[in-house]
Amino acid sequence: MDNFTFGVTMTVVGMGGTMLSLWFLTLIVNLMKRFLPAGESNEKIKIKEKFKKILKGKKEVGS
Amino acid sequence: MISAFQSGLASLVMGFSLLTIQNIVMIAVGCLLLYLGIKKDYEPLLLVPIGFGAVLVNIPMAGMMEPEGLLRYFYDAGVMTEVFPCLIFVGIGAMTDFGPLLENPKILLLGAAGQFGIFLTLALALLLGFSQLDALAVGIIGACDGPTSIYVTSKFAPHLLGAVSVAAYSYMALVPLIQPPIMRMLTTDRERKIRMEYPKVSTISPTVKILFPIVVTIVTCIIAPMGTPLMGMIMLGNLMKESGVVSRLTKASENEIANVVTLLLGLAIGATMEGAKFLKAQTLLVLGLGFIAICLDTVTGVLFGKLMCFFTKGKVNPLIGAAGISAYPMAARVVQMEGRKYDDKNWLLMHAMGANTGGQIGSVMAAAIMLSVLKGMGVG
Repeated sequence: MDNFTFGVTMTVVGMGGTMLSLWFLTLIVNLMKRFLPAGESNEKIKIKEKFKKILKGKKEVGS
Repeated sequence: MISAFQSGLASLVMGFSLLTIQNIVMIAVGCLLLYLGIKKDYEPLLLVPIGFGAVLVNIPMAGMMEPEGLLRYFYDAGVMTEVFPCLIFVGIGAMTDFGPLLENPKILLLGAAGQFGIFLTLALALLLGFSQLDALAVGIIGACDGPTSIYVTSKFAPHLLGAVSVAAYSYMALVPLIQPPIMRMLTTDRERKIRMEYPKVSTISPTVKILFPIVVTIVTCIIAPMGTPLMGMIMLGNLMKESGVVSRLTKASENEIANVVTLLLGLAIGATMEGAKFLKAQTLLVLGLGFIAICLDTVTGVLFGKLMCFFTKGKVNPLIGAAGISAYPMAARVVQMEGRKYDDKNWLLMHAMGANTGGQIGSVMAAAIMLSVLKGMGVG
């Protein structure tokens, strides 16, 4: 392959490919943030912790 | 008895008699790297072992890079097999917080724009007469990322490894000197004063932080499979950090493993700086093109920042575009300092950190795409 074809292909596909890939990642991150928002997730963790405490309490009572 | 005495003495001065001008120059270069690392604090973790490796390999008759030489073992075992750069990436992943990037995902695009210097320099190197694979190695200096540069160069142009690595690490250390004039030249006073909001309470759930490295690995490695060793390792390090369930491995990755590998990698790179092989006009050209690559990265990053500023109606400060390179966290600090010069209450650091971590992903992605396209074209 001649240098001109190699250079142009690498430059165009390289720059375009990097930009498109990272743009696609941006979309995915935005989707993840939408479906797993911080508040809701923290709330779930808090609920889980509450459950754990309750369960622990029951065990302690039981033992 | 006397002849044995004479030959014994002669062996002690033989080293001096075999010392060439090239050896002397390279020992001086090694000492200069040691000076920059020790006295000026320019990337000491790497410049000290690289400088010392350069001194060691230029001692006549020591045979450090001969088939049985000590540095040859390090080089063959870690650099030629690409194990060292990948192990360093696990440590980098374990040390990196992608939080600021996840807060504002669109600045990931700045991390892509900051890699354009790689491809523009590659084209420039081809114009200057470099072979296709050599041009690839020269262009990758623009990734502003030591392990990525070493990984690509050791694969396709191992004879340029010394020059490319020294250029990559030296220019990374010189980011605070290289970037500010370009940033000032390309932005207006008004743009430099733009303030950007940063949420006081994190909007990122822990689940997203854990999912991020997994998703990035799967998506990017399917797009550009040739970069899987690099992206996979950096994201593995980050997953270990964010999951919090393997704290021993995380600590080992960011401390013991990273330290040992950095030492051996530095020595092995220094060992490629043997006078007879290193002192060529081509080396100077590589260093010059490396400098241009970093400048072009900054130019394209800031220009893309300006574009984002335009489309968001002035909500993005173009200065953060300069942080879209992989020199972490130096480039982000430069942006913060530059922004505060024009408005001392302007806090761009977290946004710049986001762009900077985007630059880390971008540089690996650019290298991965480069390698995959290369394979697709059947070159190399």
